[in-house]
Amino acid sequence: MTDPEPERTPVLALEGVSKSFGAVRALRDVSLQLYAGEAHALAGENGAGKSTLIKALAGVHRPDSGTVLLDGAPVVFHGPADARDAGVAVIYQEPTLFPDLSVAENIFVGRQPRRSFGRVDHRAVKEATAALFARLGVDLDPEQPARGLSIADQQLVEIAKALSFDARVLIMDEPTAALTGSEVARLFGVVRALREGGAAVLFISHRLEEVFALCQRVTTLRDGGLIASEPVDGLTEDDLVRRMVGRDLDELYPKQDAEVGDVALSVRRLTREGVFTDVSFDVHRGEIVGLAGLVGAGRSEVARAVFGVDRWDAGEVHLDGRPLKPGAPSLAMAAGLALVPEDRRAQGLVMDMSIERNINLTGLRTTARAGLMDRGAERSRAVDWAVRLQVKYARLADLVGTLSGGNQQKVVLAKWLATGPRVLIVDEPTRGIDVGTKAEVHRLLSQLAADGLAVLMISSDLPEILGMADRVLVMHEGRLTAEIAREDATEESVMAAATGRGRSAA
Amino acid sequence: MTMTAEQPTPATAPEAPSTTGVLDRVLKVRELAIAVVLVVMLTATQLDNSAFLSQQGIKDLLLNATILVLVAVGQAVVVITRNVDLSVGSVLGISAFAAGDLLHGGGNPVLAVVVAVAVGAAFGVVNGLLVSLGQVPALVVTLGTLYIIRGLDSIWIGSRQITAADLPSGFTSFGHDGIGVVPYLALLTAVVLVAAAYYLRSYRSGRDMYALGSSPEAARLAGVPVRKRILAAYVTCGALAGLAGALYLARFGNVDSGTGNGYELTVVSAVVVGGVAFTGGSGSLYGAALGALLLTSINSVLPSIGVSSVWVQAIDGVLLLLAIAVDRVVALRVAGLLRKRAAQTRSAHHG
Repeated sequence: MTDPEPERTPVLALEGVSKSFGAVRALRDVSLQLYAGEAHALAGENGAGKSTLIKALAGVHRPDSGTVLLDGAPVVFHGPADARDAGVAVIYQEPTLFPDLSVAENIFVGRQPRRSFGRVDHRAVKEATAALFARLGVDLDPEQPARGLSIADQQLVEIAKALSFDARVLIMDEPTAALTGSEVARLFGVVRALREGGAAVLFISHRLEEVFALCQRVTTLRDGGLIASEPVDGLTEDDLVRRMVGRDLDELYPKQDAEVGDVALSVRRLTREGVFTDVSFDVHRGEIVGLAGLVGAGRSEVARAVFGVDRWDAGEVHLDGRPLKPGAPSLAMAAGLALVPEDRRAQGLVMDMSIERNINLTGLRTTARAGLMDRGAERSRAVDWAVRLQVKYARLADLVGTLSGGNQQKVVLAKWLATGPRVLIVDEPTRGIDVGTKAEVHRLLSQLAADGLAVLMISSDLPEILGMADRVLVMHEGRLTAEIAREDATEESVMAAATGRGRSAA
Repeated sequence: MTMTAEQPTPATAPEAPSTTGVLDRVLKVRELAIAVVLVVMLTATQLDNSAFLSQQGIKDLLLNATILVLVAVGQAVVVITRNVDLSVGSVLGISAFAAGDLLHGGGNPVLAVVVAVAVGAAFGVVNGLLVSLGQVPALVVTLGTLYIIRGLDSIWIGSRQITAADLPSGFTSFGHDGIGVVPYLALLTAVVLVAAAYYLRSYRSGRDMYALGSSPEAARLAGVPVRKRILAAYVTCGALAGLAGALYLARFGNVDSGTGNGYELTVVSAVVVGGVAFTGGSGSLYGAALGALLLTSINSVLPSIGVSSVWVQAIDGVLLLLAIAVDRVVALRVAGLLRKRAAQTRSAHHG
């Protein structure tokens, strides 16, 4: 474990690594060194390339250029198993569990303790899991199936999995997002012990104070490029934010004051059993309402139910005073509701179709004449909106999959704005898009609200919620736990409500 | 802010163990339910027609079930990995003829069985490679190989056929005799079933199959050798279909180019009725075997209570839909229950 050379060799390092996905350059010439006994923070906004970098270290993505170094020697990880065998443990942001298997099996899959003739020792698996949970201070039953675990519990299982093999390198992608304070404290205790035992740690968190509490070095990424790699000592949170954002916050969140009008969307006591319960709120004309909460809190599910994709079990939704029928998206659309979904590649766009066709998916009825599509009307509708939203494209007939993430998102927005909605629901509108386009999307949302549109914005990006919303609603485990006015909304007050720690003093 | 004072976490979570209890019970009930249906059906038939469960009756029942059980066990292994093998009927047919051809030429019976298994395993390799490397849905790939193997079968066999007269008498009596009421074929099938079930439960590679059927993406991230495991599942399935072909030959003594035609759908029904989820990752081989036993028993039950056998297929279909409906309802209820329990446990923590 110890390094004989006076000059320290990093346990795991990246050197000049680049990685592209289609037109999107996720990493550009990035280098990173992880040393034994050191906790290293990776900072950057959503879409800066952090997850791609982790996946390059974990053997999930093969870099297009550049090398991965293990103990100073170049290696090629052909898959996650190679990285694991080299002692790299990864906790991914989104838990990747096997729903049908027990918690214990999830932790030890492929590495179960064995007894004679290579048979799996089921009892040892269970006991080792119980021991891991005891070390983490978690009371989960090792034999419980992973299906039905809350996001926080799933995250704890992921953490236990990473701890279960004596990792030389522990990589954690937002491990604390869903955890309570005591769980975080316990996790940090374990991580410190590992680090003192000589493990290298790479830590990602959007909570900057955690970075300062745990880490010695910090590397900042922006738009896939390396901005700085430096000791944490002597840095302030403001320094870090400036490196991450690269511009003034006012410029990134150009919120205009808008006149708040009548209620446009009214949701009353909406319940979908086991998903969300008793959700009531109003969105007024001219207002951007932020819907915050942890992943899995039920925000997107509320949006889907309001729009009619999923049915609701109880409650009602009114649009401009008229009730919406449950489970009828086309009626919701006709009534003036638009939903820009969370996952633009899977839900927002048809990736194998052209920009023009994608924008016109919402206008198949309105642009048809006698049941046949009017190609001219289609084209002008698409051009009109593509130009208004400044989509950067070569030809409208290009496949939408060839555009960058930010421009894809603009196409989704164009598709929905072309329907002339009265209420726009946007779910994670700027996830995975570059900072420049992000600012454009924000300016657009702000402009739309100023023009009298009612906007409900779901976002996991706290600065975005704080910067853009006139009012913040917070969900926790399927319930609305707080409604915070723009003046009172701070990271602390929103996170407190999102983690179910009750309303902070307001 | 995350380090602010916290309420102490209660050390016990009374909810957790009972959650497992519920799920465990449901899973066990799933196999128990088929067993109960089977027993009720057989008892009712016996009451109606006391000749039904005679010594010969029981023996026939077991003999009829063995071949389907064997193929269903192989199919279940594939379905657990979230795939399917539609070519089993063709594989059964061609390996039965291969064994028969060898015996007809005066070959050794043991060698004939080995050849049948090897032929089946070889087609399993083809299927496995196409599915795991081709990244094409298994349904389409094995539909293709179903026709290809059937085509090869027809070209090779032509209008020839193997009859009992071509086979050594020891081989055919192996197909009929047994110890008491239990035929040798049923014993062999039971051994295969127990061994395969034990392998799936007790070996890492067996557990991997459940894992990759449950979530292929998570399996990839966990370093499970996905392609190797899928290949192994198909080879197992093919080998068992080949073995079933040899047993078919021993039992019926009659094989031509149409043998095993349409068998794949019966096999898939048996697996699904037996509670192996088509979405992968759950179910057991014992369940699949019970499903096969249930389906073949209906074939014997209906004639003995005087119902025309034209009803058999319709009843099989109803059973299939019923099984899927039950699974779906149970899955929804269990999911709801688990969510509720999880929410309670958590709120108990922070309450």
